[in-house]
Order: sequence, then C-alpha cells, then structure tokens
Amino acid sequence: MVLAVALIVLTVGSVIFHFWSPWWWTPIASNWGSIDNALLITFWITGVVYVAVLFFTAYCLYKFRYRADRRADYEPENTKLELWLSGLTALGVVALLTPGLIAWNEFVTVPENAVEMEVLGKQWAWSYRLPGKDGKLGTTKTKLVTDDNPFGINPKDPNGKDDILIEGENLHLPLGQPVKMLLRSTDVLHDFYVPEFRAKMDLVPGMVTYFWITPTRTGTFDVLCAELCGVNHYGMRSNVTVDDKAAYQKWLGKQKTFAALYPKAAAGEQLAAVRKDSKSKQSVQ
Amino acid sequence: MSNGVFDDVQVIPPAEVDDVELYHAHSFITKYVFSQDAKIIAIQYSATAITIGLVGLVLSWLMRLQLGFPDTFSFISPDQYYQFVTMHGMIMVIYLLTALFLGGFGNYLIPLMVGARDMVFPYLNMLSYWIYLLAVLILTASFFVPGGASGAGWTLYPPQAILPGTPGVEWGIILMLVSLVLFIIGFTMGGLNYVVTVLQARTRGMTLMRLPLTVWGIFVATILALLAFPALFVGGVMMLLDRVIGTSFFMPEIIQAGELLGTDSGSPLLFQHLFWFFGHPEVYIVALPAFGIVSDVISTHARKNIFGYRMMVWAIVGIGGLSFIVWAHHMYVSGMNPYFGFFFATTTLIIAVPTALKVYNWVLTLWKGNIHMTIPMLFCVAFILTFLNGGLTGLFLGNVVVAVPLSDTMFVVAHFHMVMGVAPILVIFAAIYHWFPKMSGRMLHEGWGQFHFWVTFLGSYLIYFPMHYLGFVGVPRRYYEIGETSFVPPSAATLNEFITIMVLIVGFAQVVFIINILVSIFKGKESGPNPWNATTLEWQTETTPPSHGNFGDELPVVYRWAYAYSVPGVDADFVPQNMHPDDVKGSGSADDPSGHH
Ligand code: HEM
Ligand SMILES: [Cu+2]
Ligand SMILES: [Cu+2]
Repeated sequence: MVLAVALIVLTVGSVIFHFWSPWWWTPIASNWGSIDNALLITFWITGVVYVAVLFFTAYCLYKFRYRADRRADYEPENTKLELWLSGLTALGVVALLTPGLIAWNEFVTVPENAVEMEVLGKQWAWSYRLPGKDGKLGTTKTKLVTDDNPFGINPKDPNGKDDILIEGENLHLPLGQPVKMLLRSTDVLHDFYVPEFRAKMDLVPGMVTYFWITPTRTGTFDVLCAELCGVNHYGMRSNVTVDDKAAYQKWLGKQKTFAALYPKAAAGEQLAAVRKDSKSKQSVQ
Repeated sequence: MSNGVFDDVQVIPPAEVDDVELYHAHSFITKYVFSQDAKIIAIQYSATAITIGLVGLVLSWLMRLQLGFPDTFSFISPDQYYQFVTMHGMIMVIYLLTALFLGGFGNYLIPLMVGARDMVFPYLNMLSYWIYLLAVLILTASFFVPGGASGAGWTLYPPQAILPGTPGVEWGIILMLVSLVLFIIGFTMGGLNYVVTVLQARTRGMTLMRLPLTVWGIFVATILALLAFPALFVGGVMMLLDRVIGTSFFMPEIIQAGELLGTDSGSPLLFQHLFWFFGHPEVYIVALPAFGIVSDVISTHARKNIFGYRMMVWAIVGIGGLSFIVWAHHMYVSGMNPYFGFFFATTTLIIAVPTALKVYNWVLTLWKGNIHMTIPMLFCVAFILTFLNGGLTGLFLGNVVVAVPLSDTMFVVAHFHMVMGVAPILVIFAAIYHWFPKMSGRMLHEGWGQFHFWVTFLGSYLIYFPMHYLGFVGVPRRYYEIGETSFVPPSAATLNEFITIMVLIVGFAQVVFIINILVSIFKGKESGPNPWNATTLEWQTETTPPSHGNFGDELPVVYRWAYAYSVPGVDADFVPQNMHPDDVKGSGSADDPSGHH
C-alpha cells in the first residue's frame, strides 16, 4: 500500500522533474539536430514505457495486497500474452533504432566539401592545425615531435610548411562550413568534446580519428576533454569560436604557419638530432 | 494432460550414481577456516566481499564530498580523487558484486537448491576462496605502496594507465593487475565447481527445467564469467608485460613530456576490445543472478508461481548469449571504425526484448498474487523500478548516435549505477533478508529493515535520477571538479550538494543494516526452518542452519517445479518441491489440470 503510493509519487515526480527542472542540454550549435531528435524520440518511447510499467506495478501492489481470505491465482504461463508483449517491445526497439541508425549513417558520411582541420591533444593541452593555402595538411609522425616541432610535421612534405598552427589559443571555425576534425594524440587517450556540437570522439595515440560537423551558430564554446588522460584530465580545456565568414577570414589572416613559427624545424634541421635522441631512451620509465 | 514442467510426477527414476562420501572435518581449523563446506565458503566469500565493499562505499563518500563541495576538503587532491574513482569502481564491480553473487550466493544456494550435499570439487572450492582473499589483500595493499593505488579509472585504459601523469604508475597498477589475474584464477576454480555441480549433482527428479530461477541465473552467469574473464586475463597479463618489461602490446609510439618513450606500434584499442569483451558480459554476470533471485523471492512472497517460467529461462540463456556480441557499445567514441556502430547498436537494442520480457513477467507475477509486503518483497519491487529505469537509459546509450553526446558524461555514471549498482544491491538486500533465517535460524529485525529499505530505496533514486540531467547539461564524468564553464549553470552545484547529502544519508542506513545483521545473528527472533513457506529445497532441510552435507540421511527427491504456490485443489498455498504427491492434501491434487493452462 505505502509502496504503491511511493511508486506513483516517484513516477509522477520524475515526470514533473523532467519537464520543470532547470537542467537540460545546451542549445545546439551544429548540424546534429538529428541527434537531438533521436534523443527526444528515445525519451518519449522510454518515458511512456516507464510510466506504464510502474503504474501497472503500483496497481498490482494495491489490488493484490495480502488478505487472509484470498488466494493467489495459478497461471504458469500465457504464451500468447508473452509473444504479444515481446512483439510490442520489438516494435518499440525498431522505432528507436530507425531514426538512430539513419542519423548515424549521416554521422559516418563526411560530406565531400568538408575542410580538414586537426586537433592535437597532449597531456594536458589542446592545439590545432589548419591547412594553409594549398588546402592540404602536411603528413606527421609522432617521432618527429620536439619543442621545435610540436606537431611532428614531416619537413620533407611540402604540404606541411604552410600549415597554420594554433597553440594555447582558441580554435575558430567558419559558420556553415562542414569541417572534418582529424584527431591526433601523441601521448595518451583524450576526447575532443564541445557540448554544443553534440559530436565527440576520442584521440588515440598511434592513429588518426575523426568526426565531422557543420557549425550553425556563432559564439564561443568550451572545449573539454572527455576521456580520462591522467591527473589533470579535468583541467584540459580550450575554447572554440564560431565566426561568420568575414570574421573568420580576418582571424585566419592573423595566424602563423609552421614555416614562420619554426623555421629551423620546417627546414628539416632537427631531424637528425631527434633520431639520435630516441635511440638513447628505450625504456618506458 | 500432464505438462512435464509444471505438473507433479509420480515416479522418479532411481539414482544413477551413489551418494557421495563427504570430507569430514575434525578440527576447528578445517571446519571453519580452511573449510571445504560450500556453506562456510559462501559465508567467507560474503564477509570478505562485504568488507571490501564497505571500503568501496567509503571511497564513494570521499568522491561525493569532493563533487558536492569542491575546494572544501583540502585532504582530497586530484591524485587521490582519481585513485578513489578507480578503486571504488573496481572494488564494486569485481570484488564486491561478482564475488558476492557467485562466490557468496552461488556457494550457499546451488548445492542446497539442486539437492546436492556439497559442491562437486570441495577442495578446489576452498582454494578458490583463499585465492580470492589473496587478490583482495593485494588490491588493498596498493593503497599503501609508494605512489599509492592506480588512478587509471576502473577501465585501466592504456597508455595512460601505465604512464607517468596517472597516479599509481609506480606500483599501484602492477598490484591491481596482479590482483585481477589472481581473482580470475580463483574465480575459475569456483566457477567450474558451480557449473559442474548444477550439471552433475542435481538430486533425483531435479530436471533442468525444474531448477529454481536463482540457480539458472547463477549457472548462466558463471558460464558467462568463465568465457569472459579470460579476455581480461589476457589483457591484464599483456599490460603487465608492457609495464614491467617494456613490451608494446598496447603502446604505440609515444612522446610524453617531450621524451620519446621507445614504445612502438602497439594498439590502445586492442586493450579496449579485450576489456569490454569481458566488461559487457560482466554486467550480466552481476545481473543474471539478481534476475534469478528476484524471480524466486517475488514468487514466494506473492504466493504465486513465477509467470512464464520457461520464457524466463530462455530469456536468461538468450541474454547471456547476446551479451557476447554487444561489447563495442562501450566504444562508440573510441575511434574504432565507425561502421561498427550499426552492428553493435542493433545487437544491443535486440537484447532489450528478452530483458523487457523479464520485467513484464515479474510484474505479471504480482498480478493476481496475494502479496505479502515483507522486507524482501519491498526490495524486489524497488529493484524492478531501478532496473527498469537503468534498462531504459541503456536504450539511450546503446543507440549509437544518441550515445555520442552522452558518453563520458554524468549520464553514464547515473545509468550504470542505477542498473548495475543500485539494482543488484537491492537484490542482495532482498536476498539477505530472505535467506538470513536459513543461514542463522533467526529473522532480521523488521522495523530496522523497514528503515533500511525506505532510506536506501528513496535515497538512491534521489541520488541517481537527477544525476542523468547533469549529463544532459554536458557535465563530464571522472572530473575532479567542473570549475568555470560557460554551459553548466550554478544551480548544478546545488544539485551536486544535494546528491552528496543524500549519499551520506543512504550510507548511514547501511550502518543500521550491518548492526541489524550483527545483532540478529545472536538476538533475532527464531525463524524455524521455513518462515516464508517457500517451496524450494533449501527450506526443507532437516536442520536450520543446514548441517554439513545439507540434507539428512536421504537426499530429497523432487516431484515438481519450484513454483507450486496456490495450486488449485491443494489446501496449503505452497507445495515443497520434494513433497510426495501422495502427501499433498486437498480436494484435488497438484497435477489436476482443471482451471489452468
Ligand atoms: C551509494 C553508493 C555509491 C555511490 C555514492 C557511488 C558514487 C560514485 C562516484 C561519485 C563515482 C565517480 C563518478 C565520476 O566522477 O566519474 C563513481 C564511479 C563508479 N562507480 Fe560508484 N557509487 C556507489 C556505488 C556503486 C556500486 C554499487 C557500483 C557497482 C557497480 C559502482 C560502480 C562504479 C563504477 C564502475 C564507477 C566508475 C569508475 C570509473 O569511472 O573508473 N558504484 N561512483
Ligand atoms: Cu582527458
Ligand atoms: Cu555493455
């Protein structure tokens, strides 16, 4: 009896909380409205099931509470009912999966006109690399990373010299332009996470991962790390600013290239030194 | 027409093998310390698991103090916070829940419920416990070694887990991995026992389809564990090699703090696949025994047969099988090939069907029952609510695209605590209140039980339900503090304070529970052999608590399924599994087909 009331109160309370609490997702700033939609559909379907099952449970608890003069029913099974319930559940699953997988198909299909940009994660800071005038990012190698070549850009690759490097500053993105974010780490796992963009992905040392977005709203947003990367994981922050085209071009014009920032490394002078260095440090710690 | 599953049988085939000769302990040491009696081993397992679980609980208080009141407790540094997170997670999942459900309940209930005198390999069973204890001690020692415990998160993802920058890289991670490897060795010894005992040592008449669902749950969970733990074992050994002798199984080329480490071409993702190939079935290793126990407790206290027994068995088996092909739903944003998402989202959501069916059948068992609101029943209903809640949020996290914004946020923390923290723990409580009388001959105190139930149930819901919404806001998990952001409103800090206060209140209720146990062992009301009027064999033993060998001179013979409650035409509202059909009193007999199917 008390428990039946408690179930009703918890269920109704949860629904009220859902609609009236001040905590909800951040206004979206990317093309991933389809993710928000799939989320809302999931909310409705699961919410209805939750309320229905709990109300029914509360009803049973009340209606069939112990009475000395009553006896429980005896019904080992009811295959028809069980098949019906399974069928309905399967329908619900299809209703969830369909919008989900349609959106996922979009998620894994990078548009042709997406421009590539690179996010580089290191314990515990974010840096960014944009292609120069040639529109191409130069190739990189973790082995080549030094203080003079923090991205490990291959100096022999002509595409790399004009790459624009952004260290310790905001990343800027042009409004309405699809971007493929290439993610790279030189030490441990990280995760490039901007709540307003919805999309996120891990950075994995030894490989290049990616996701794509189209920014749809100007503003400055937090970049956080969403994959445990050591003791300062929670402090690994940066910002990303979405600009309209003109402001973006203006910002871009002020940024420096690899060749301008690290002329020696870009000319290939550090290469030999690094190689020697790596030989002498074979052990892990 | 008689139905082999649900109706009584008159004739039981003769035994194919003779009764076993048991090892008889002569000294106190062999009887109670190095015991080979599954019931003593069960109590040893349970006591150890609960003790280390209390450590995990205290760690959660410390974490919550930090999250609720950042910048207040100078004694919690980021290093320590991450060590707490890691040790708390690992302790709760492996050393508490797995050990308690399988080593504790498995050992106690399997032989009794299947009508066996003991596990089939008692000596191995004893070794299993002592190796488990050693694993627990090594894990605990890692708090005290130089550098302290590992702070790599319970998932221990390399490269971070074995590199500087993560606490415990000196010794903590080594002890953690050694402890896990030992745990798996110990578990395998116990696990083989549980499986073989169920298959081999059932008493006459106890067909597989007459097993109580508790046994089915533990049985299938053990099979999962025997198949899943090797993946963790291999991952753990490889990581030990990476850490100790500098191999590169999981280590690609790495530059850390300006230094090239000399590691080469290993794959961090490989570890994640190994970990979750174990880690997802692990969820069900904990959940399936809970499913089984809930089914039996609900049925007993509602005085009604479990609804859809056969479907419940197939659901357990089906869920167990499917749980091996969903692991990468933990890796949607790991950087693995994104096309995997289609497959793993589909398999994951398919599991929802048998799982939902189980929930329906529990509720349908209540339908037209005669429900006694005992403490075990209260906990079972609370389980249904929290499990349903956690199962439904699982549909968010399983549906790949929906999972992307939520992964690694507090939504995940809320989800898994609801579904594999709170829900199984509620079942553990239900089980303890239900079986304590058999283990001790005494009842737990009802009033304290009520207090314990209400505070735990309502408190846990108030902790975890709102926490999902912090995840929607975008608050990441494993954050020592969220600090300044542009998107987390100040009200979230108030919510965090509220959650922390609820955590402390719920924690206090557990103290009451422990006191209740300790006092009731000596002072509780005497329960008699079968206080709940239950049908299963453990309640029909000659002595309570059952003596060495479980049953008297003769093993029980089973004539019917475990759910003969309120059978039409029978006077009593329950018929024990081993009561001879001729002894069943009533206007009709239990296999009278009138009125059902
Ligand atoms: C009321 C009791 C509990 C409280 C207050 C609690 C609290 C917490 C907190 C605060 C965290 C850290 C969240 C974060 O910052 O990411 C955490 C993590 C975790 N908890 Fe619990 N917890 C409780 C019980 C349990 C139980 C019973 C389990 C068993 C499944 C469990 C499993 C975990 C796991 C696996 C993690 C993740 C650790 C990691 O991120 O590496 N917890 N818990
Ligand atoms: Cu991080
Ligand atoms: Cu999983």
